[in-house]
Amino acid sequence: MISTRRSRIIIIVTFVLTMLAAIVAIGLGSVHITIPDILTTIVNGRDNDSMYTTIIWDIRLPRVLLALILGANIAISGALLQAVMGNPLADPGLTGVTSGAAAFVLIIILANPEFTHLIPVAAFIGGLIAATIIYALAWRRTGITPITIILSGVAVNALCGGVIGFLSILYSDRLPSTVQWMNGSLAAKGNASLHMIYLYAIIGWIVSIFAIRKANIIRLGDQVAVNLGENVTRIRIMLSILAVFLAAVSVAAVGMIGFIGLIVPHMARMLVGSDYKYLLPMSMAMGAIVLLIADTGGRTLFAPLDIPAGILMSVIGGPYFLYLMRKKVF
Amino acid sequence: MLKIEQLSVRYEQKEVVHNFSFEVAKGEILSIIGPNGSGKSTILKAIARMQPYNEGTIIFDGQNIRRLSSKDIAKKMCMLSQKNQAPTDISVKNLVAYGRYPHKKWFERLNAEDEAIIDWALEKTHLTHYREKPIAALSGGEAQRAWIAMALAQRPQILLLDEPTTYLDIAHQHEVLELVRELNHEMSMTVVMVLHDLNQASSYSDKIVVVKDGQRAQVGTPEEVMTEKMIQQIYRMEAEIQYVSWDSAPRIQLKSTVKAWEEIGCKKKLILSK
Repeated sequence: MISTRRSRIIIIVTFVLTMLAAIVAIGLGSVHITIPDILTTIVNGRDNDSMYTTIIWDIRLPRVLLALILGANIAISGALLQAVMGNPLADPGLTGVTSGAAAFVLIIILANPEFTHLIPVAAFIGGLIAATIIYALAWRRTGITPITIILSGVAVNALCGGVIGFLSILYSDRLPSTVQWMNGSLAAKGNASLHMIYLYAIIGWIVSIFAIRKANIIRLGDQVAVNLGENVTRIRIMLSILAVFLAAVSVAAVGMIGFIGLIVPHMARMLVGSDYKYLLPMSMAMGAIVLLIADTGGRTLFAPLDIPAGILMSVIGGPYFLYLMRKKVF
Repeated sequence: MLKIEQLSVRYEQKEVVHNFSFEVAKGEILSIIGPNGSGKSTILKAIARMQPYNEGTIIFDGQNIRRLSSKDIAKKMCMLSQKNQAPTDISVKNLVAYGRYPHKKWFERLNAEDEAIIDWALEKTHLTHYREKPIAALSGGEAQRAWIAMALAQRPQILLLDEPTTYLDIAHQHEVLELVRELNHEMSMTVVMVLHDLNQASSYSDKIVVVKDGQRAQVGTPEEVMTEKMIQQIYRMEAEIQYVSWDSAPRIQLKSTVKAWEEIGCKKKLILSK
């Protein structure tokens, strides 16, 4: 039994660690910046003509913020999907929500670049279609079993992979510009991506606070939820839409980053338990720090090579997935 | 209190409950018995709005339940399934606290009154000492009591129990049924339950409804319903009804299934030990 007091402390510590990691990450790179310099540059604002102003305000800070926001988004999305589908494997990547969103984004980037401003909308619609297919394929009266979730995820991922492949061949001349995006790279995103998504992310987080109670009710099982006077189908639809929205926002900004939605809620559950009052904020903080580490590692470990965070996450996530399987988590 | 009129439930093409009616008065314990697949649980689920029904009306407290909001029903009626799975790390107290949920608006937190009700529910089910324990650490009987405690925290006027004793050993079965009887006596809580064990149904019920093939075969007091003829017709079993000194309810002693073998034309005969 994990006491609520302990859970609170763990969450606060994780948030503090995330902040510290963010400051350290800003300092890392081809130009090393000391922590006092970082702090003074940030405090003085972007109009200050310190030598680090451009590096910090235009390159590192937006990239770090992007990693934090998107990591939090994907992790919350995974935690919510796991409540809704009653299954620890429900991750936006494995289920195909991410690739559904990505296929729709590519339709815009490759085929209709004049509608770039509609990328978040396209990602959302693509994610929703993928989620609908998953429910149609995998939903049984008692929920979704791990096997059906994986199988329908395979089907949806294959379908989206086909769409993506087809688009790549059709528009092969425009392909190089999307390689970074398709592998979940945060490089060269800068303030434009940050501005595109931060409002959506904040809206998603605020709505997530209201989702906590419903997620807690639904994890007791359908019968108990009905018994407590809840409309289970409605909760399921609402929470799924929220989860897809959060995942789609991150796909719109940086493309496909897998496994965070699977790994982070699982680790969070081990640390603070399965009560969403603690699990959701913990997933948020851990998702942020995990993606930040993946991105910072990707750009510093093999410098000057900038390995996309999505690739790093897959390399870490694959083995972790196998580890979960051995531990018989599902 | 609860009146079911001409209820019919269909799964796809098949009609599993047909034209079923019965009534429970306030403060009564009613048991539904019948063979496997006879539609007992379906009837209970239809009442608890977990199973849509095709025809008929379910009237609760003078109102058609279709006209009531699910949340309003949850304040007065609670159903407990035969097997519940909770997140393993939830504490007994937190599980029971969910019973207060229907009485709260979405922004409200638990107040002193809710806490008092939770304490009372824990005490009634003898779980006060297990308050902070996770559900996973409880035995089957204790876990079942924790779910009953959650149901009690809901403060229902009517409690629906779907085979509440199925997964328990005899001592825990007894304990759960005694608790049901106690709640019925002290709070005049109305109880409708599905039971498999005929002797339990006989001992703990004011009224018994017998279901066969989705239809009502009989209804009445245990004395009226528990007859050798009924057991022959419904279960194709030979039985003898006995009375014991410590219980006024009829007790069923099963004899053999010879008749059933004969009826289906099976040559092999069991030897009766007489």
